[in-house]
Amino acid sequence: VTDGRTHRNIWVFMERRLAQGPPAGVGPNRLQRGPIHAVSFELLSVGNRLKRSLGEGLVAVFFGEVGGRERAECAEFGADEILCLSMDPALERSCEAMAAVLGRAAEERGPSILLAGATMLGRSLMPLVAVRLGTGLTADCTELAVDEEKGLLLQTRPAFGGNILATIVCPGTRPQMATVRPHVFKMEKAAGEEASSPAPAEPRVVKADYETGLIRIAEVLETVLEGEETDITESDVIVAGGRGLGKPEGFELVGELARRLGGVVGASRGAVDLGWIGAARQVGQTGHTVNPKLYVACGISGAIQHVAGMKGAELIVAINQDPDAPIFQFADYGIVGDLYEIVPRVIGALDGGAAD
Amino acid sequence: MRLSSGKCGYTNAVTIITKTAGRRKVFPCGAIVVIFMTMDILVCMKQVPDTQKVKIDPERGTLIRKGVPSITNPFDESALELALDMREKTKGRVTVLSMGIPDAECLLRDALTLGVDRAFLLTDREFSGADTLATSYTLSTAVNKIGSFDLLLFGKQAIDGDTAQVGPEVAAHLGIPVITFVSSVLSVDRAGVVVDRIVDGGKEIVRASFPAVLTVVKAPQRLRIPTLEGIIESFERPVVRLGALDIGADTGRCGLKGSPTRVKKIFTPSIHAKVRFLEGSAEEKALGLCKVLADRNILRDRSVPEDHGGEAG
Repeated sequence: VTDGRTHRNIWVFMERRLAQGPPAGVGPNRLQRGPIHAVSFELLSVGNRLKRSLGEGLVAVFFGEVGGRERAECAEFGADEILCLSMDPALERSCEAMAAVLGRAAEERGPSILLAGATMLGRSLMPLVAVRLGTGLTADCTELAVDEEKGLLLQTRPAFGGNILATIVCPGTRPQMATVRPHVFKMEKAAGEEASSPAPAEPRVVKADYETGLIRIAEVLETVLEGEETDITESDVIVAGGRGLGKPEGFELVGELARRLGGVVGASRGAVDLGWIGAARQVGQTGHTVNPKLYVACGISGAIQHVAGMKGAELIVAINQDPDAPIFQFADYGIVGDLYEIVPRVIGALDGGAAD
Repeated sequence: MRLSSGKCGYTNAVTIITKTAGRRKVFPCGAIVVIFMTMDILVCMKQVPDTQKVKIDPERGTLIRKGVPSITNPFDESALELALDMREKTKGRVTVLSMGIPDAECLLRDALTLGVDRAFLLTDREFSGADTLATSYTLSTAVNKIGSFDLLLFGKQAIDGDTAQVGPEVAAHLGIPVITFVSSVLSVDRAGVVVDRIVDGGKEIVRASFPAVLTVVKAPQRLRIPTLEGIIESFERPVVRLGALDIGADTGRCGLKGSPTRVKKIFTPSIHAKVRFLEGSAEEKALGLCKVLADRNILRDRSVPEDHGGEAG
């Protein structure tokens, strides 16, 4: 039914973070969608790579208006078109309504690929769109490439708690839909490769209004934004503690090191289950997947389910008393020893070394 | 019609809401809280391999599934506990539905010992090899066949696939609202539920009218343990097996045939480069680590916590 000619272009769903509305806005606890989420630019970077293999266009898909600076940013990341979908403002916080509009737009315009961030929003919205379009969806991809022969999107994702990787294709239906966690791909500006190339052309802006049709929605009554620091997936540095801390107070030391490194505190499931720290800090298969630049594991044995959530870190340091702890199989640097002797000395050295 | 006072945290309700033959009627009323509750809750559960016990064959680089025990998906256990808790507070009925191999009956048997009223197992060769679209089609077809429910509960994801897609996709097939990543139920009345859910950067209070789908995160409250009485009573209740014909499913939309996605290749992640141990006294180890961090430019510009890296590089 479908082939590469009937469906063209790579769509990236441009997610906006929740932000406080203007002071004279719609009232207390009414938040609006604010700045563009970094993951959307990471996806444009991937899309820009894919579009060169496929010879298709790259479309940044927004709900609502797009500012001038945002248009320029999309251009820098290789977008050829900006599609602004408008809908009843009263419904714009509803996933069901967004899915209806995005689904109709995709039906009418026929993208070959639709990508979104595997954020809470993306993970809630994309399944609804996939069912509307009767197509496949691959969650949490860690690699996206094009099968040169058939032009299919090769979607690679971990399964079985990160024990295996599977490459998934969606041969017969369109669009090919995938989500990607924040920080999995790097942001790369399209123009970066050819320094001499002229500034990218301003993308075409297309506005389209779609009816949601008759739908039932869940109604958001109130939104509470929590401190940035509780979103551990956003941090470049994570210092995590596990059962090996031996006591809940161990997290004070872990927190101190995290603060000195400009990072946040993470935890293993063991520590969370013991009630030493909140579930928002949990790294692993049943917690958060993180991809920081540095991950320091203190007193974490390294069960597969934990490793599944953190092995994407660029640099992994493990501190553990047990030289046979599995965590060392995944670490770049290991320290065998008592973390209560090591960590305070690291903090001391960092303080001392701050001058140079 | 029986009217009973509900313990659902509603103190200022000024309406009586009743349900008659599946249709809701709203009656204006004085400031009396009278709620007629008979909730019908469905919990969808999955049997999964205990992924913590899955091992890799170091020589062949393949997954060793032999001897890996099957467990109930931990998030689904939270969903079941929530359902049982809601039933206690509102009166009503809890039904559990699973799709899987005949062996998945164990999971449903366990659920029955906890006082679950009905248990259904979708098991059929036609269902095998299903991706999330085919699975959600099959489940939603079964839901329509089994009865009408006020609330459909799912764990937020299953630990083997980790897609978090089946709950929302079932809602989409049924055309009903879905609230994902629910951390707690704040109140229930005849009209619907109000819940706390986790969103990017915070949390939300969301209301949905019945019927609705909720996918739940792991609750602090663990799944209850069966009583001896519960175990004995459960013997009277069967696990009803249903195949594609029983639920009137279009087999072209089930299993591998109904799955738009295909697994092209499975491989094991490349083994990590060998760890370098930092040696010496505690002081030397600490200094060694600081040197590594300095060499990797980790210490640069880290004197203050960063804002959130949202700016394009």
